[in-house]
Amino acid sequence: MLPIVLVALIKVGLVIGGLMTAAAYLVLGERWIAAWIQDRKGPNRVGIPLTKIRLFGLGQPLADGVKFLFKAEYTPAHVDKGLYFFAPMTIFITAIAVFAVIPFGSFLPSDIFPASWGVHEPINLVIAPGVDVGMIFVFAMGSIAVYGVVLGGWASNSKYSFLGGLRSSAQLIGYELPLGLGILGVVLSSGSLRLDAIMEHQAQTGAWNAFVQPLGMIVFCVASFAEASRLPFDLPEAEQELIGGYHTEYFGIKLMMYLVGEYLHMVAAAFLIVMLFFGGWHFWGLTGSGNIVTWGEAILRIVVLNVKVLGMVFFFMVARWSWARFRYDQLMSLAWLVMLPMGMVNLAYVAIWEEYGGDWARSAGFSPQIAMTLCGWAVFSVTWYVATKMSPSQGDNRPRRQSRESNIRPGFEAEK
Amino acid sequence: MKTDDARIRWVESPKLGMLGKSYLTLFIKGLTTTLGHLFFHKKVTLESPEQRHKVLDPVNYRGVHRLNKDEQGRVKCVACFLCATACPAHCIDIVAEPSPWPDREKYPKVFNIDELRCIFCGMCEQACPVEAIELTSFYDLTGASREEMIFDKEKLLSVFDQTKEREPMPSKRANDAAQDRLKTCPTSGDSS
Repeated sequence: MLPIVLVALIKVGLVIGGLMTAAAYLVLGERWIAAWIQDRKGPNRVGIPLTKIRLFGLGQPLADGVKFLFKAEYTPAHVDKGLYFFAPMTIFITAIAVFAVIPFGSFLPSDIFPASWGVHEPINLVIAPGVDVGMIFVFAMGSIAVYGVVLGGWASNSKYSFLGGLRSSAQLIGYELPLGLGILGVVLSSGSLRLDAIMEHQAQTGAWNAFVQPLGMIVFCVASFAEASRLPFDLPEAEQELIGGYHTEYFGIKLMMYLVGEYLHMVAAAFLIVMLFFGGWHFWGLTGSGNIVTWGEAILRIVVLNVKVLGMVFFFMVARWSWARFRYDQLMSLAWLVMLPMGMVNLAYVAIWEEYGGDWARSAGFSPQIAMTLCGWAVFSVTWYVATKMSPSQGDNRPRRQSRESNIRPGFEAEK
Repeated sequence: MKTDDARIRWVESPKLGMLGKSYLTLFIKGLTTTLGHLFFHKKVTLESPEQRHKVLDPVNYRGVHRLNKDEQGRVKCVACFLCATACPAHCIDIVAEPSPWPDREKYPKVFNIDELRCIFCGMCEQACPVEAIELTSFYDLTGASREEMIFDKEKLLSVFDQTKEREPMPSKRANDAAQDRLKTCPTSGDSS
């Protein structure tokens, strides 16, 4: 009993401490990348306090944190006090709680303990190992985070916060559906909701889901960008154009909880994309694929997983400066008219393939993985072509000469 | 204005082709731009206290003011109040007094410029009939209090002492240019 409790406590400490540090340093990393993309140098001054040592600005997160903590703690007179305190906690707690079922490695060999302790199973590197509803738990927590947004907008009792909260909740709820459809294909093909089982499935077949289900990957990536409210879908904030949104009336430590919560959403999204579609800890010829691992494999798996996640986070940060923000109507029609049908096509394709495809490929003498990859890309190309041909998300809301035409989308106009 | 107004020029955005509608060109163009800047472009940041912004033409730059002195070291100002009148920010405060010197009626007893109110437009320099007030190329002013940022006559004259070598007065510049011309073409100098 004691070793299990000990291991659980160490894992909790590692994840919480690691996440908080990672969030702080990712803010610095994001500022660096933003600066470099804009040909600036970025924060490079703050080093060790009270000395002149700069360390390339690595002390910046400490300075930022101290600044947030020492801001005057002050509650606006017009807010709903209870909800005003509760809303940032909701978003922060749910963002942390998601990581209970997200693995940060694969296994550690059991010889970490002395033999007299009687532990023979390898240590699973996830806080709550063996949760069979893993993905559903992630979804539940993600949906509760929407409450943080709505309650924050409502509790602030200001019209800007309220409008910001409404537009973000519409976006977040709208993109939950494509997000779920993107996952369903993966769940169907690997037959489990557990993230470690999904990774193991990809490791055993050697074909990452990004190759065999490119459509699902695109749908899930786009939806998780929107769920993490990152550009080009950062309508909840849109700080260059609109009032900040639901956290307009927040500052100090409560604002920090919102911002860290959003960062953790991004990190969680990066973890999920990597684990569901890019093989998690698996890399061909490096990490093995079984349950019993040597120390070398165990460490390699942790490294591979975290390098992949950092690469994904890097992509999130670069994407921020690469594409213009979607207009709100484009955002919604992208969710409902493009991503939702695409997700359904992907789901149907995976279901049909799981039922008939494997047998067909084997009887025809192909490797099932290669056949599924080819088939997946064919489905992807056809769906993308049809979506382009229809182009339902390219509305035009400018005033027009004849008032009659103003309600007709240009895409449909051409077909008449 | 109604939508059928004849003065409205209706502009249509260019129609997107299939490639443009598919977001593929957008995706690639956006990524190549950002990654290109991330890896291949030179940084333009100047690390300010150590590296200084280079003033291209110190004579034309509009920085901190100075009060010019004549050859005998007296303030050139004749307290005509033209600069104070021209100043759109009302930051110049002059108290005139009868001049102790025979070549002018008045001279400034007090000449204060509130550098915090000044917008550095250079209109005082344009208004001055005796080239007494000028803007130098000093651009980083700091002070610990508002009072410290009100520059009095002594301070403005000391700015002149610091900058007179680097940024000579317009009359001196014209004089030097004439001298240079005389040196380069001596025949024209002889004939005059």
